[in-house]
Amino acid sequence: MQEVVIKTNKLTKRFRDFTAVNEITFEVYKGEIFGFLGANGAGKTTAMRILIGLSKPTSGSATVAGFDVYKQTENIKKNIGYMSQKFSLYEDLTVLENISFYGGIYGLSDAQIKTKSDELITSLGLQNEAKKLVASLPLGWKQKLSFSVALLHEPKIVFLDEPTGGVDPLTRRQFWDLIYDAADKGVTIFVTTHYLDEAEYCNRISIMVDGKIEALDSPENLKKQFNTHSMDEVFYELARAAKRGE
Amino acid sequence: MVTANNLVKTYGKKHEIPAVDDVSFSVNEGEIFGLIGPDGAGKTSIFRMLTTLLLPDSGSAAVAGFDVVKGYREIRNIVGYMPGKFSLYPDLSVEENLNFFATVFGTTIRENYDLIKEIYVQLEPFKKRRAGKLSGGMKQKLALCCALIHKPTVLFLDEPTTGVDPVSRKEFWEMLKRLKAQNITILVSTAYMDEATLCDRIALIHSGKILTVDTPANISAAYPDKLLEVKANKMSALLNALSRFQKGSGSYAFGEYAHVSVNRNEENIEDELKNYLQQAGLENIEIKPIKASVEDYFIKLLK
Repeated sequence: MQEVVIKTNKLTKRFRDFTAVNEITFEVYKGEIFGFLGANGAGKTTAMRILIGLSKPTSGSATVAGFDVYKQTENIKKNIGYMSQKFSLYEDLTVLENISFYGGIYGLSDAQIKTKSDELITSLGLQNEAKKLVASLPLGWKQKLSFSVALLHEPKIVFLDEPTGGVDPLTRRQFWDLIYDAADKGVTIFVTTHYLDEAEYCNRISIMVDGKIEALDSPENLKKQFNTHSMDEVFYELARAAKRGE
Repeated sequence: MVTANNLVKTYGKKHEIPAVDDVSFSVNEGEIFGLIGPDGAGKTSIFRMLTTLLLPDSGSAAVAGFDVVKGYREIRNIVGYMPGKFSLYPDLSVEENLNFFATVFGTTIRENYDLIKEIYVQLEPFKKRRAGKLSGGMKQKLALCCALIHKPTVLFLDEPTTGVDPVSRKEFWEMLKRLKAQNITILVSTAYMDEATLCDRIALIHSGKILTVDTPANISAAYPDKLLEVKANKMSALLNALSRFQKGSGSYAFGEYAHVSVNRNEENIEDELKNYLQQAGLENIEIKPIKASVEDYFIKLLK
């Protein structure tokens, strides 16, 4: 029996008369790479904000790392990592300063921060950049650093919101190597992406349409279910049926 | 229709940051030309020089026969530019924005309505809404309308599909094809490799330099190696094994498959690779030679 780290039951979020997330029910297992897909406006971001403890649901239930999304949001935040394309690192701080800042936020001791910084700088090969401002790094490095920083406090789950936008195809794949490494160590990866080839790298994916989860399975089974060889087709088939605009 | 000759642009007090490094290319009338490359490759700087918003350090460029430095007034009248960042007036309504851009260019919405009709009908229900309050996709459609309302000869679209989901991206490209049919020359930049095949010709760009300019088909055909698509029961183990395959010269994940390059002259390489992978403990191995995509070519150039 696989250990469940995210569990939702009829999770719903309404904004006045608009139901952004409509009774979604799913489970995510420990060490799994779970792809959370959907068109713009399907409700992904709203659902993700509930799961990371930033927004309260209207109804339904959910636990993340065993903590309740209504009452235990602070515990959730301590047990997850989060990386988004829009907000990640402080550009005006150096690489090392960013690491110690985030280490501090997550309550690591100075000694822990020192050890973690050394490990991280070595594993990413950033020895020469450690004292440079993050602003001066290429986007690909920022993304890798940002991901590693999200893992600093050894969270059980890490949420990635379109982590690889805008980088070259080689860097994108190096980023996925980092994701695989983390998953192999038992970290659960919850990732949104607009690259459908990246959906193939996930163990299971869900596809949201108009606030509901319309499909959830391994990429292989989804393709079988939709009788096609390409993930693109599966996505088009589902997303085309969307009624609401963005 | 558009030519760039040895364009150079640097930033910083001492010109220490190269952004565009000796870039030359030309775009034919009526074609969709794609600048394909990651963020930071120099795409936006090139677009800004061609639209006369930025002066090159050296080199020259012309749009519709007008020099980007001397003929900037003429160029500004005949190009449409949709920047990567949303640049309309957030406090004006949809309709007011469009009207504003039409007036600035000495025309009216009615005069060129045909050109934007198909896109604008999707916006019309919200025409009284402030532009700043629109969703991402709607903002993008409005920006395109505003860039088209004076019926430009050349349209510059800087990363119009970034952050847009696959279905909306597909729709956007269908829209571009219809604009092309009206004989508008389109320069479009993107970091999505799969959009390369939708262009007539593309320039692959990285770190300020153009790596190659050609049709997507020619670029695929120019792939120097034999490319194999491989599938097995476990992806991470497969990638690991492939990276240690002696006759392989580069391997990486590609959707549900792994791709591996081998020398063109290798015979029976499929059997050899299959044996090797079996010995590495993999099962359900499938190997098939395939045609390289633009993305494969780009990865090859980066390695």
